[in-house]
Amino acid sequence: MNTRYLFAFLVVFVLFLVSWLGAAAGLGWLFGVVIPYAAVVVFVVGFARKVLSWAASPVPFAIPTTAGQGRSFPWIPQAKIDNPASNWGVFLRLLFEVLTFRSLFRNTRMRLKEEKLTYQLEIFLWVGALAFHYAFLTVLLRHTRFFLEPTPWCIQVLETLDSFFRVEILYPGVQFGLPAVYLSGFVLLAAVVYLALRRIVIPSVRYVSLASDYFPLLLIFGIAFSGILMRYVTKVDIRAVKELTLGLVTFRPTVPEGIGAVFYIHLFLVCTLLAYFPYSKLMHLGGVFLSPTRNLRGDTRAYRHVNPWNYPVPVHTYEEYEEEFRDKMVEAGLPVEKPLADAADEAAQEKE
Amino acid sequence: MKDKRWIVSGLVVFLLIVLFPFWYNRGRAVPPPEVKLTEKAKAEKECVLARDYMKAEHMQILDLWRETVVREGNRIYTNPKGREFVMSLSNTCLDCHSNKAEFCDKCHNYASVRPYCWDCHIENPKEAR
Ligand code: HEM
Repeated sequence: MNTRYLFAFLVVFVLFLVSWLGAAAGLGWLFGVVIPYAAVVVFVVGFARKVLSWAASPVPFAIPTTAGQGRSFPWIPQAKIDNPASNWGVFLRLLFEVLTFRSLFRNTRMRLKEEKLTYQLEIFLWVGALAFHYAFLTVLLRHTRFFLEPTPWCIQVLETLDSFFRVEILYPGVQFGLPAVYLSGFVLLAAVVYLALRRIVIPSVRYVSLASDYFPLLLIFGIAFSGILMRYVTKVDIRAVKELTLGLVTFRPTVPEGIGAVFYIHLFLVCTLLAYFPYSKLMHLGGVFLSPTRNLRGDTRAYRHVNPWNYPVPVHTYEEYEEEFRDKMVEAGLPVEKPLADAADEAAQEKE
Repeated sequence: MKDKRWIVSGLVVFLLIVLFPFWYNRGRAVPPPEVKLTEKAKAEKECVLARDYMKAEHMQILDLWRETVVREGNRIYTNPKGREFVMSLSNTCLDCHSNKAEFCDKCHNYASVRPYCWDCHIENPKEAR
């Protein structure tokens, strides 16, 4: 037992209770209109402020990660993406980082194997993270059907692809498969369970995990779980749900009667996620693009990077020093770069 | 500074994407669909099960009906009120709701669901059993 994940779990549980009681008490307006609007405002403003504050910070040093051969002689092949020297290379590097998590893929784990230190590919975290993020994206895109009328054809295509496998189970008391099963929802749930268990079970990972690491995972688990519950088990009236959601995005909020409590629970957890987002580690969504280790060119040997915060410092160079004290230095027998005669010549030339 | 321009443009693009539903709809009213009941359906007052159940969970009972008819060969369904129905989408459901376009499709299109029932079942069954 560990207070950090217990705390995160407790918070999610309280959020669940609050929304459940709220829905039961008929606070549809609060949980269906006021809180969602507030959450969107907090998300947008918080996100913008965070990114702008990053934009205002200087990059004091050029610290691109050099994950391959940098640009050198023409006959030495350069790792153009892993150590990019051009903006185009940086673009590709960031693109693949964002789409395929390349630096996570490089994650290795040290192990003692027969008294020898070995490095192993830690592939499962990468696979789990990819599954999680792509499933999340798919679920989000599919949810636009609640906010757009008519639903765009590309979303319809996505829905058709996502429900490609017809998983249908029917036993007395168990009915599953209609409405069609969206794989992405279950991939999301499985991935988030794996990522959470990984943090809870592996001792070394647990040691470096804080409540703020568990909380988003548990919250997203709650969201996915309540969503799946709502779609496949305790169904809600989708027509009424869409009336509510379309009301929100067209600024004509309404709260139709008879939407089940699960919907308000789902929505409240989502609102919490939105409002929490800009102030948490989830901001890596924006931060990945602003990582100096990824978005700078690996050309530090060709160009000097000047800290934009550098202010002019009064300096006294050696040349100026010698100019000032040359006679005394010569008199004392100290070596000088320019002999006295040369210096006098130059002075005379300048006068002409 | 040069970077700031990039960062702010990226931020603006991101926020435009996130807020897409808001500016896409531009505050235009999107009324929910009004389903039309046929005279026959109106006269019946209640469907096979209660209205709220049918609204949210009709796909479940259709699934159950299919299973019962196709796997067990049992065609008669008795609802909690003791009324008997022939389990048939084409001949029972569509008998009252003979206006698929004005009834079924209205909500299905609104919710963007494309039930595969209609892959086989035609909308205006002519055959009588
Ligand atoms: C972070 C954002 C969200 C996530 C991760 C999420 C996740 C899910 C998941 C996994 C499901 C199960 C079915 C499926 O795979 O589509 C679901 C269903 C559902 N969600 Fe969400 N959801 C989110 C936001 C929302 C929002 C903002 C709303 C509405 C205001 C909403 C309303 C619903 C409804 C009504 C269902 C039931 C769909 C059905 O019965 O077909 N969700 N959600």
